[in-house]
Amino acid sequence: MPAPIRLRELIRTIRTARTQAEEREMIQKECAAIRSSFREEDNTYRCRNVAKLLYMHMLGYPAHFGQLECLKLIASQKFTDKRIGYLGAMLLLDERQDVHLLMTNCIKNDLNHSTQYVQGLALCTLGCMGSSEMCRDLAGEVEKLLKTSNSYLRKKAALCAVHVIRKVPELMEMFLPATKNLLSEKNHGVLHTSVVLLTEMCERSPDMLLHFRKLVPQLVRILKNLIMSGYSPEHDVSGISDPFLQVRILRLLRILGRSDDDSSEAMNDILAQVATNTETSKNVGNAILYETVLTIMDIKSESGLRVLAINILGRFLLNNDKNIRYVALTSLLKTVQTDHNAVQRHRSTIVDCLKDLDVSIKRRAMELSFALVNGNNIRGMMKELLYFLDSCDPEFKADCASGVFLAAEKYAPSKRWHIDTIMRVLTTAGSYVRDDSVPNLIQLITNSVEMHAYTVQRLYKALLDDISQQPLVQVSSWCIGEYGDLLVSGQCEEEEPIQVTEDEVLDVLEGLLVSNLSTPVTRGYSLTAIMKLSTRFSSVNRIKKVVSIYGSSIDVELQQRAVEYNALFKKYDHMRPALLERMPIMEKTASNGPTEIVQTNGETEPSVPDTKHPPLVTQPANQANDLLDLLGGNDVVPVIQTTLPTKPASAGGELLDLLGDLSLSGGPAPAPSVPVSQPPFLLDGLSSQPLFNDISAAIPPMTAYSKNGLKIEFTFERANPNPNIAVITIHATNTTEDDMTEFVFQAAVPKTFQLQLLSPSSNIVPALNHGSVTQVIRVLNPQKQQLRMRVKLTYTHKGSPVQDLAEVNNFPPQSWQ
Amino acid sequence: MMHFLLLFSRQGKLRLQKWFTPVPEREKKKIVRDMTTMVLGRKPRSCNFLHWKDLKIVYKKYASLYFCCGLDAEENELLALEVLHRYVELLDKYFGNVCELDIIFNFEKAYFILDEFLLGGEVQETSKQVLSRSIEASDMLQETMEEYMSKPAF
Repeated sequence: MPAPIRLRELIRTIRTARTQAEEREMIQKECAAIRSSFREEDNTYRCRNVAKLLYMHMLGYPAHFGQLECLKLIASQKFTDKRIGYLGAMLLLDERQDVHLLMTNCIKNDLNHSTQYVQGLALCTLGCMGSSEMCRDLAGEVEKLLKTSNSYLRKKAALCAVHVIRKVPELMEMFLPATKNLLSEKNHGVLHTSVVLLTEMCERSPDMLLHFRKLVPQLVRILKNLIMSGYSPEHDVSGISDPFLQVRILRLLRILGRSDDDSSEAMNDILAQVATNTETSKNVGNAILYETVLTIMDIKSESGLRVLAINILGRFLLNNDKNIRYVALTSLLKTVQTDHNAVQRHRSTIVDCLKDLDVSIKRRAMELSFALVNGNNIRGMMKELLYFLDSCDPEFKADCASGVFLAAEKYAPSKRWHIDTIMRVLTTAGSYVRDDSVPNLIQLITNSVEMHAYTVQRLYKALLDDISQQPLVQVSSWCIGEYGDLLVSGQCEEEEPIQVTEDEVLDVLEGLLVSNLSTPVTRGYSLTAIMKLSTRFSSVNRIKKVVSIYGSSIDVELQQRAVEYNALFKKYDHMRPALLERMPIMEKTASNGPTEIVQTNGETEPSVPDTKHPPLVTQPANQANDLLDLLGGNDVVPVIQTTLPTKPASAGGELLDLLGDLSLSGGPAPAPSVPVSQPPFLLDGLSSQPLFNDISAAIPPMTAYSKNGLKIEFTFERANPNPNIAVITIHATNTTEDDMTEFVFQAAVPKTFQLQLLSPSSNIVPALNHGSVTQVIRVLNPQKQQLRMRVKLTYTHKGSPVQDLAEVNNFPPQSWQ
Repeated sequence: MMHFLLLFSRQGKLRLQKWFTPVPEREKKKIVRDMTTMVLGRKPRSCNFLHWKDLKIVYKKYASLYFCCGLDAEENELLALEVLHRYVELLDKYFGNVCELDIIFNFEKAYFILDEFLLGGEVQETSKQVLSRSIEASDMLQETMEEYMSKPAF
C-alpha cells in the first residue's frame, strides 16, 4: 500500500477543484483511502491521516470515523501524535460523543507526564471541553498542578480549574487552599489566570466573595505597579503595561467592591488614578478606561468619582472611533437610571449620535434618547426624535414610533401638542406603527373633548393627501364617523376651519371602501364611519344606498356589518340615534383582558354568608372599555346603554352573589340584592334574537333541575363574536296542578367565570306545562374551565313559599370548551 | 468568557473554528452560517460590535480574513479587539508576515498557537515572548521525536 499523501498535498489538490461536485469527489476518494488505512491499524501514518481528516472536517464533511483514531493518537508516546490527537479530540470529541469518556485515562496519565508540554496538552484539552464526569474524575490532578511552581503549568491549571468549576460548581471548595498565594506570583500569565479563577469563584459564591475581600489591598498594589512601572517589553501594548491583566483586575475589584463600603473606599484612589492617567490615543487605553468606568459605576464610589466616570463616557461620545462611541452609548444606557442628571448633561451629544451613519450606534442613541426624555426637554427632544423617525431605516421605525407615543403620553405639555405629535408620527411612519396604537389613539382622541373639531379637521386633511398608511386611515375614518358633524359645520377653533360638504366627506369615505390600498379592517372602519354619519348628516339616503350595496360584499365582515346596518334602517330605525350617538369618555385600562366587566362572581361555597355586600353601581365609563376588551379592541362600535332599575343592596345574609336584572313583579318582599349593571354586549337591548347569533346547534340541551314538579332545562348558544361567552336559555316548566308564582331563578358560578342574568319572560310558571318561563344567562369563561353552577329557586306554590338550592354539574363539554 | 472564535474568508469559507462550549454539530454549522452572513453583510466602516442572541459578537477584518468571536454579555468589547489583535500578532510572528494561505496550509499550527494563547475561553498568557518560546519548544519536541530534521512530520 503506497504511503498516504501528505496533508499539504491534499490541501493543494482539493483547492484545485473547480466545482463543489469535483471537491466532493476528491474528498470521498481520500476518505475511502483513509478509512482503509485506519482499518490496517497503521501507526506510522495515523497522524497524517487524522490531520487530513481534520482538514476535510473544516470544509464541512463528516469525520466521525476518525474519533477512535484520535484516541489512539492521544495514547501514543510520540509528541506529534499526541498533538494531533488532542487537536482532533477537541474538534471531534466533545462531550456529546459516546467515546468522549474514553479519553479520561489518557488525560490522567498525561497530566502526570514528565514533559511539561504534554501536561500542557492534557490541561488544555480538559479545560476546553472536559465533560462534568471527566472534571469530577480529574479535579484532583488539576488541583495538584495548581500548586506547582512551574508557571507554565500553573497558569493552565488555573484556567482548567475555572472550567471545572463552571461544569461542577460543587468542586469549588477543593480549589480554595491552592489559591492562597496565587497573587504573590510575579509571572503575569499566572497572575492573569489567577485573577480569572478568583473572579469566577467570587461570582459564584457569596462566601467566597466575603473570603476574598481581603485581597483588595493586594490587587490595588498590583494594579498600581502595573501603571507606575516603567516600560516592560514583555507586556507592553502601545505604551501600556499588560492591559489584559489591568482589565481583569479592574473587573475583580468591581465584584469585590460592589455593595461594600470599605472595599470601595480602598479602591477609590487607584480608580481615580487609572481614570486620569491612562493614555487614550489608542484602543487599548480606552479598553482600560471603559472597564474603569464600569467599575466606578458599580461599586459604592463617591460622587466625585462617578461624575468623573460619566465625563469619561461623555468624552468617548466625541471620539472619532465608532467602537468607542458605541461602547459609551451602551454604558450610558446602563447608568441613565441611577445617574440621570449626570447623563442629561450629555444629552445634546447623544442626540447628535442619532445622525451617525452606523446602525448599531443609531439604535443605542435612540434608546438612550428615549430614556432621557422628561417634562423639561420634551419639546426639544421630540423635535429631534421626529426628525429621526422621518429619516431612519425601516427597522427602527416601529420602535421609534412606539417610543414617541409613550413619551408623548407621559410628558405632553398640552393636548394639542400631543395630537399634533401623533399626527406627525402617523403621517411619516404610519405603516410601521404597531397594531395596538390605533385603539390607544382613538381613546386619547375621544378623551380630548375640546380638541375634537381640530383633530377631525387635521385627520381629514391628511386623508385627502394619502390613504396608503392604514393606521392613519383607520384613526381618521373613526374620527370622521364620530365628529363628522363638527367637520362639516366648520367649528374649528385651533386653526382655520376648512369648508367641506357632507358629500365631500362621504366621497372620501366611500373612496376608502373601494380603494385597493385599504385592508379589510380599514374597510370595516370606513363602513361603520359612514353609518355613524347617518345620524349626523342629512344625506341619509346616500348612506342607505352605500350600506345596502355592501350587503352583498364578498368580504364576510363587511357583508355582515352592512346587513346589520341595513336592518337598523329598516326594522330598528327608532333605535338608530341612540345606537350611533357620540362615544363617551373611556377609562384607560392597563390590560387587554375583560377585567372591567362589572359583574360579581358567584361564590362557590354559598354556605359562607357574605355580609359585606357592596352595591355595584352602573359605570357607564367602563362600558366602552369593556367593549374594546371583549371585542379585542380592534373596532369600536357604538354602544347602547340599556338602563335597568337599580335594586337596593340587601342587608346581607344573601348566600349567592348575583347580578342581572331580576325583575320581580308583585312581591313586596325585599328582593334579593340585585345590584345592576348592564355590561354592553353589543346590540344587547334589541332582542334575544341576536343578529349575529351563531347557533352552534351541536350543543345539546340538558336538564339542570327537576324536582317537585319543577323542571328547568338549559339550551345553549354561542355568542358571537366572543367565543368565550356561552349563552344559556333556561326553560322552566311545571308539571303540577298549581301555578308556581313569584318564581325567581338565581345562579352563581365559580370565581373564574362571570355571569349575567337577563330578564325572565315572566315569573309565573303555569301549571301542567301550559307554558314556561324563559330567561337568558350569559357566562363568560375566559379560561375555558369546566362550567359548574349553583342555582337557587324560590317560588310560591299552593300558597306556601318554596326554596331550593341545587348544583348543576352536568354541562355538556361543548358548552365550555 | 469567549464562547467561540471563527476565522473565515471574504467568500465565507471557514479557515478555523474554536468552540469553548459544547455545541451540537448542526448548531455549529448554523452559528457559522449566521456569523458569516451577519459579518459579511456589514457596511465597510461600521463599528465592530454586534448583538446576537444573548452574546456580544466582536469581529475584525485583517486583509482577506475575518476574525469573529462570540462573548458573554459582561465582557469588555474593546479588550476583545485587543485579544483578536494579539492573536494575529502571534500568527504574524510565527509565520513571518502571515497571510491567509499560511493559515490554510498550516491550520494545525494556527490551532496550536491559539491553544497556547486561550484556554477555556480565557487568555492564559499575556506575554508575546513567553508564548512564542513555548511554541518553539513544542515544535522542537516534535522534531526531535520524529527524528526528521527538515521534513515536515506529516
